[in-house]
This record gives sequence, C-alpha cells and structure tokens, in this order.
Amino acid sequence: MALKAAEINENTRWQDLTEGLKIFEPATSRLFNTGEWRTQTPVVDWEKCRQCLLCVPYCPDSSIPVADGKRAEFDLMHCKGCGICVKACPFGAITMKEGK
Amino acid sequence: MAIRTRMSGNEAIAEAIRQIDPDVMPAFPITPSTEIPQFVSTMIANGVIDTEFIPVESEHSAMSAAIGASAAGARTLTATSSAGLAFMWEVVYVAASSRLPIVMALVNRGLTGPLNINAEHSDSMGARDSGWIQIYAENNQEAYDNMLQAYRIAEHADVHLPVMICQDGFITSHAVENISLLEDEPVRRFVGEYHPEHYLLKQGEPMAVGPYAVSNYCMEAKKAQAEAMIRAKKVILEVAGEFEKLSGRSYGYYEAYRLEDAEYAVVAIGSVCGTAKDAIDQLREQGVKAGLLKIRVFRPFPGEEFAEALRGCRAVAIMDRCESYSAQGGPLGAELTAAMYRAKVQAETVNIVYGLSGRDVTVGDIRQVFADLQSLAAGEKTFEQYPYIGLRE
Repeated sequence: MALKAAEINENTRWQDLTEGLKIFEPATSRLFNTGEWRTQTPVVDWEKCRQCLLCVPYCPDSSIPVADGKRAEFDLMHCKGCGICVKACPFGAITMKEGK
Repeated sequence: MAIRTRMSGNEAIAEAIRQIDPDVMPAFPITPSTEIPQFVSTMIANGVIDTEFIPVESEHSAMSAAIGASAAGARTLTATSSAGLAFMWEVVYVAASSRLPIVMALVNRGLTGPLNINAEHSDSMGARDSGWIQIYAENNQEAYDNMLQAYRIAEHADVHLPVMICQDGFITSHAVENISLLEDEPVRRFVGEYHPEHYLLKQGEPMAVGPYAVSNYCMEAKKAQAEAMIRAKKVILEVAGEFEKLSGRSYGYYEAYRLEDAEYAVVAIGSVCGTAKDAIDQLREQGVKAGLLKIRVFRPFPGEEFAEALRGCRAVAIMDRCESYSAQGGPLGAELTAAMYRAKVQAETVNIVYGLSGRDVTVGDIRQVFADLQSLAAGEKTFEQYPYIGLRE
C-alpha cells in the first residue's frame, strides 16, 4: 500500500512507494527540507529592518514568511542561502553568515 | 463472424486502432511507419473515430506529448520507426519509469548509418532496456492481433508499463496478405474502456508526475518498475488466453514450430520465421528433425521458457536481425545463450546475424543454416562466433 508523502522517509521499502514515484496530494514541497542544501545563511538585523517587505517577493523559495504586514524570521527549512535578499534590502539589514 | 480480407501490416495496425478508438495519438511521419498516422488521420477526418491527433514537429515531441496525454488520463498511442524511435530516446525511458500505459506501433527499420530505410531490428533492440514491453509479429495477422492485446497488458493493474507492438518494415508493413479481422463490438468489449485510478485531470486529486528522485528513493522506484516487468509475464499469457477465446488464435511467449522432437532449431524474431517454416517443412520431408522457436515476447524476456523449449535440441542457431557491435554477437544471441546456460540446456549454439538493412533471406539460406547445425552437432564443423549469412565475402 502506497504511503502518503509525509509518511515516506529514507527507510521506506520499495513496495510502499507509489508507481513511478507519482504524488497524489498537493503542496508536498513543504515537506522537503531543501534548507539542508544551504552553505550560507541569511541573518536579519532587526534594528535596521524597516519592514518594507521588498525582500519578500525577491525570495525565490518563498522562505520569508509575512504575518500582519510584517516579515518574520527566515523559513530555514526551505531557504537555500542564495543571498538575493541581501541584494534586495535597501537598508543593509540582511547579511550572510557562513554555514547553516 | 471473422471478416476475411487482405491488408498490409500498416493497414492491419490502423484497422486495430480504428476498432480500439484510442483517445490521443501524437505522431510524426517516418518511413516505413508513416502510413499508420496517415490512415488514422484519414479516419479522424472522415469522422470514423474521435481520436485526438496531435501533429508534432518531431518524434521527441511525439513521445513527450504521449506522456502528457497518458498522464492526463487518455488512452494514448503513437507510431514510429528507426531514427524516429532513436529521436524519442530520452522520453521513451520516461514513459516507462512514469508507468504510463502508452502503446507504440513500431515498424522495425535499421538505425542509420549507413542511411537505409529497410527492415532490421536495431531500432527496437536499441530500446530493449528502456522498460517497454516488446511484442513482435511474424506477419500482418499477428501485428493486428498483438495490437488488440496491447492495451489490456499495458493498462493491467499489475503492469502499468508501455508496450511496443513491432513488425518488420516493408516485409510486413507494406506487403499485402490475407488476414482475418474481428468484428468491432467483440473487439471493443475485449479491449474495454480505460479508467485509470490516478490521472492529472482527475477532479479533487492534485497530482505530480515524474518528480525528481534523490539517490535515497530512485533505486526503490527502479526495483518497483523491474517487478512490474516480471509480473507482465503472467498478464501477457492471461490476455493471450482471453484473446484466444475471442479469435481462436493462440499466442504465448513464443511459437514452437515442429520443435517438439527437433534436433536442430532456429530461433528468430519477425518475418524471417515464415521463411524458416518453409525451410523446415522441406527438411522434414527429407527426414531432418528441424524446428523453429519464434520469439513473440522479447521484453519481458521469458528466458526460462525459451530455454526449456530448446532442451531436446542438439544444435541451435540464434538469429539476430541486428548488429550490436559487441564483438560477441547480437542481443537475442547474448540473452538466449545466457538463459540456456542458467537452465543447463547444453545444445551447441551459433549466433547468426542476418537480414541487416533489408537484406533478403531465402529458404535456401535457412536450409544452409540447418545443414551447418547438423555439421556442428556431428562435430564435423566448428563456427567462429558470430557468422553473418547472406553476406558477400
């Protein structure tokens, strides 16, 4: 019996995967920890951040969550550390640190 | 009531397509399969079938569109030959690994080069490891019958793999022979409607096809695909059994022609088998115990069954209409001798390459093969593997 995406992991037997690894449910990319590909990590200096939200649409991985008109901490499960947000920030509020 | 008429192999395939009335056919013309999409287009234009024909700009697009259509939930078909199949290469594998029950009417022709358009098996043999089921025909009747069985095999829940229905270019595809057709209604009942469990256009079930598989998952997916190919063996026989009830014509993994008590056997695929049968009939009249193992199913490769059918033989000629440039012989030779070794079937074997690029093979050629097998079995002659026949040298 094929499992749901959330139940599949690196111990799953071949018999329990779907045919052709097809996926029969939406939004399963949320389950995929692409953040582990990161070699550099963005850090926000909240003193400098003006909440202009310009970094949000620039993020190619939708890893800058917004709630009540304000950005929050990076979603590091999906941020791949590309650094585009650093360039996008007009206030120099985002810097990259080495490592995860 | 059977309908007795006369048709070429391409017409026979087109007639099967008319009766099946599949949903989508993306195709690109290439000799000698061009007539198949041409006949289908005509039938669509005349309102005979309501298949959606997609005229594409290349075979790579034809197979890509077939994958899209099949994933969307359509019963899908394409037709091609030779370089057309080669141009599909990348996506031929994707059709199989995505477990899509596409059917391809393949008219076998050699791959270039030298540039040539005639009968040879190098196109489908090149694709033998692509994950497609491969079923071969000796004549137009078998091409028609195999085509009618294709979707039942491909769409079976234990299989879900694409199927190639192969016939020899020109010799079968263009030669007009007598044929016995089935009536439309029994065919439609036999083939049935296609109701996939999962498909892209299914309301309420978002679906992704062909996702990236990291090393931690890809090997498991390939194992599952390999197991489906193994399970296809049983399904092929079940479908053939049902087809026999419908048509009276019996099919299996192979046809054994006068093989039961044979001391000398030829193993071959496709139209040359008709020539071999004539040679065998002549030799039998002279008291030579000659027989034929005609391969129908090459993928999956029923090696145990083939080997068992040859167990009583003293010498066997395995005939490849394909040069694999392995310096060892052809693909049928390699796979069958491996199967015979495992089954401890210890006949002398010789792997012969014949009929490349449409080179004619005569009854006399096959009789010579049997004469050589007799010399081989008697210890009077040895063969340097692997000989060509019909070659100027």
